[in-house]
Amino acid sequence: MSDALHTQSAHALRERVAKGETSAVEIARAALDTIHTRDAAVGAFLHVDGEGALAQAAQVDRARAAGEALGPLAGVPIAMKDNLCVRGIPATCASKILEGWIAPYDATVVERLRAAGAVIVGKTNMDEFAMGSSNETSAYKLVHNPWDLSRAPGGSSGGSAASVAAGMAPLSLGSDTGGSVRQPAAFCGLVALKPTYGRVSRYGLIAFASSLDQIGPFARDVRDCAIVSEVISGRDPRDATSVDTVETLAGTYTRELERDVKGLRVGVVRASLAEGCEPGVVLAIERSIDTLRSLGCEIVDVTLPTAEHAVSAYYIVAPAECSSNLARFDGMRFGPRVESASLEETYGKTRALFGKEVRRRIMLGTYVLSAGYYDAFYAQAQKARTLISRDYAAAFERCDVVLTPTAPSVAFGLGAKTKNPLEMYLADIFTLPPSLAGLPAISVPCGLSEGLPVGLQLTAKAFDEATLFRVASAFERATDHHTHRASMFAAGGAA
Amino acid sequence: MSERISLDEVRKVAKLARLSLSEEELERMRGDLDGILDWMTALSKLDTNGVEPTFHAVEMAAALRDDVVVDGLRRSEALRAAARSDQGGFAVPKVKEGE
Amino acid sequence: MSHTQYEAVIGLEVHAQLATKTKMFCGCSTSYGAAPNTQICPVCLGLPGALPVPNRQAIALAVRAGLSLGCTLRKSSRFARKNYYYPDLSKGYQISQFDLPLNEKGSLEITTSAGTKRVNLTRIHVEEDAAKNLHGVGAGTDTLVDFNRAGTPLIEIVGEPELRSAEEAEAYLKALRDILMFAGVNDGNLEEGSFRCDANVSIRPVGQEKFGTRCELKNINSFKFVRKAIDYEIARQEAIVSSGGTIFQETRTWSSTQEKTLSLRSKEEAQDYRYFADPDLPPLVVDDAWLAEIRTTVPEPIAARRERWQRELGLTAYDAQVLSAHPRIAEYFEAATSSLETQRAGKLAKDNLAKAGAGKRVANFMQAEALRVVTTNGLEASFPCSAERLAGLLALVEDETINGKIAKDVFADMIATGKAPADIVSSKGLAQVKDTSAIEGTVREVIAKHPKELASFKAGKTNLKGFFVGRVMGALKGANPALVNEVLDRVLAEP
Repeated sequence: MSDALHTQSAHALRERVAKGETSAVEIARAALDTIHTRDAAVGAFLHVDGEGALAQAAQVDRARAAGEALGPLAGVPIAMKDNLCVRGIPATCASKILEGWIAPYDATVVERLRAAGAVIVGKTNMDEFAMGSSNETSAYKLVHNPWDLSRAPGGSSGGSAASVAAGMAPLSLGSDTGGSVRQPAAFCGLVALKPTYGRVSRYGLIAFASSLDQIGPFARDVRDCAIVSEVISGRDPRDATSVDTVETLAGTYTRELERDVKGLRVGVVRASLAEGCEPGVVLAIERSIDTLRSLGCEIVDVTLPTAEHAVSAYYIVAPAECSSNLARFDGMRFGPRVESASLEETYGKTRALFGKEVRRRIMLGTYVLSAGYYDAFYAQAQKARTLISRDYAAAFERCDVVLTPTAPSVAFGLGAKTKNPLEMYLADIFTLPPSLAGLPAISVPCGLSEGLPVGLQLTAKAFDEATLFRVASAFERATDHHTHRASMFAAGGAA
Repeated sequence: MSERISLDEVRKVAKLARLSLSEEELERMRGDLDGILDWMTALSKLDTNGVEPTFHAVEMAAALRDDVVVDGLRRSEALRAAARSDQGGFAVPKVKEGE
Repeated sequence: MSHTQYEAVIGLEVHAQLATKTKMFCGCSTSYGAAPNTQICPVCLGLPGALPVPNRQAIALAVRAGLSLGCTLRKSSRFARKNYYYPDLSKGYQISQFDLPLNEKGSLEITTSAGTKRVNLTRIHVEEDAAKNLHGVGAGTDTLVDFNRAGTPLIEIVGEPELRSAEEAEAYLKALRDILMFAGVNDGNLEEGSFRCDANVSIRPVGQEKFGTRCELKNINSFKFVRKAIDYEIARQEAIVSSGGTIFQETRTWSSTQEKTLSLRSKEEAQDYRYFADPDLPPLVVDDAWLAEIRTTVPEPIAARRERWQRELGLTAYDAQVLSAHPRIAEYFEAATSSLETQRAGKLAKDNLAKAGAGKRVANFMQAEALRVVTTNGLEASFPCSAERLAGLLALVEDETINGKIAKDVFADMIATGKAPADIVSSKGLAQVKDTSAIEGTVREVIAKHPKELASFKAGKTNLKGFFVGRVMGALKGANPALVNEVLDRVLAEP
């Protein structure tokens, strides 16, 4: 069943639609059927929008029949993380505090995807408000890693990753604050990009930590990731932090895909392969370095001396911002309200609808911003950020991309790290430094360890996503890691 | 072991954050925060003398918008999301007057 | 028993709404008086995922305010979040400026019975307004919140504590309001809340340098209340201190019904606002080119204009004060004056030029007639006719087509019918008869018809001249009375 619709890449599906081989409605039906048969076991979706998906697909078919130009994602199903607003359907952030809330507007990325002909199939499960690295803080249900249902898919965009890995959609969007698309991509054997801060509009992304949040896509190959990245990127007048880059985006990523990488300098952070990394991960990374060398890359050693403070800095900055960003969830204008005797009590009890991890981070963030602690914590963390950026600037004097593992381990078991928050926080040790510096980073599959995927993270200079796609694509062409799939992927399901 | 954060401080922070936590939760939260803050002490040893903080990782100036009226939300749609509404307003528990 | 003399120390914080069409961070209208919650969007309602984008015009007006008050502009300033919970605060934080405000320093001159005094400013920063809580209109005990006002652009003008009396405070507010209105920054509308004031009041023994403990008086919304509230507060504090008591730092409010200040909250209940740089808003940069552009929009300061009117146009200080009561009135006056100067050029009767300058003539007529029918609303004013038409009317007086009394009637007609003055004069035949021979003809006719009266006159009843004047004027409809008298005298003197 290798040509079953749900196993096809986004660019292959678009091709079929363009040629009239398959209708967008057929493709949408196949995706919805696959979700229907598989998601009970995976738990990737919080809301499936069958009606909306079929309507969008029908519109694509009509446009094709009318001879209109088709967008780059015409008829391609895509799943959206539940912290992205899609007009008329729920957005819960996997939290009880947004239970029943229907977004009254479209996020900018959603508008762009619709304009490109993409078909939104539903909203994916996540860590509550994107706070977590295993998807276990969802207030609704667990997500099971399609490679091994007893394991975590990673987080916080676990549902988005699992949906693509399980064949329920060829593409999905997640959000990445400290690694939330890269780490689940690594755990689920996918390609995912965290764009440069400012590259993709955050309008309509329910904020976790505004200075770090970026929306990023999941795909099963580099080309698909490049195509969807081009669609969602670019300046948006509704986001004051979105950046006006001179180049027009169409084609700037995809044209890199066929280029070779001879002479490109790859900086390896040796320290990342020492302590704390599983041997299987280290092995896969070492082999990847060899592959890149064999492709003509120059391998150099670089160091990021301040990176060891990244976890601490992140767990000050992100909670501080979240404590403020989540203040609007107070039951006054939207969402559930726990009516109580007084205004103060109503606030307190309503906001107690936040789950444990979210409450913990709000508390931590409120504390580090409060009078008397600001300088010791928040200001110090922001200064550490400056030093981390300087580390990268120094590294990029010597190389074009920085290479590390995406995560120190392969997917861990569900429940394995929920006891101690600190242990969970360390799962992000490699993805945090690029986030704090605002840099683009991509995770690509680079082999298996214990039968589970390992992810390779490449980081580039700000706004140099093109080089990431160039290296990732050359690596993909030279290896077959991206062809490995979760066992449930091809089996059964809808044709 | 010395405390990095006291139960009273935790209570104060919970009040600031408008989170009503039971005594038991406050205790547990104190323990969690204590552990996290303890682990963060390493950061305080990082020499940041003369280093400017980063508020925006990518250097940029705020993009501004023109002073042109744009359609917003319909009132009915906005109020539909509210727990309660009355006479076109969002109904909230009584607020002390004059503030 | 020695009697300690106290002096008051007062610093004012003024919130002035910027006269923009749309809100500070979204495209919702700022117009006043709309039905509740009809000028709202995801941004000002603080819905999940919405982001703020600053209004360029609001920033330009805030810069203009700074330029008008002699402030130092910070070319790169920063937005900060002020975090607190309140139902009228949609996001749980207010976007304001904290450590790096847009304008610093500056000053303004005030005039009181004691003379003039320069008062320094600390800063002028940009921020957004909160929504409006409506009490006692909802069912039961609910408060209803109207978000139309939420996000309205404001500047906060923080004055140094250099005021020493309620009179000075009132003079400061009036001077500030004048300057902002004439700069087109604020509409000066206290009733609609677009110009609001908080006062920090303390007392100290005369000669002591150290400030006493201050109380903050919130939301004083009329000039009358400012004086009353501050006078009350000074007396209250003096009474406490004189009797050996202690002032506690607190926030108080003026109750206009009880005519006293009431405690709102003590310092212990004071908020910890946890200010931090708003990550959604990069630095606000006003570059040299933009600054130069804004500079060209700063009008001549009102004080300078009043002086110029007196010096160049021969107005009295009182005239200048009356005609600068409102920026549109001042503009109207200047436009009418300049139009009259243009219209009279070349055709003015030589000897009238000396009688009254155009400015003085316009000033007199506006004060006597036109201002009565001018209505103002915020920065807008509506005039019964254009300044050019008013000048046209006065030009007809200057060239003696009509006299001053007829001019009043013509003006009334202009208001009623909207017609041009010349049209009214010609259609109603109001033009003065300046032809001496025509007058003489009528005089002879009248005399011929009244031989009895002529005889009596000749016999010494000289008061009968009035009778003849009346008859002649009645017959001529709009003759120059001086001319009629002159001709009549001559004819009556004939033997």
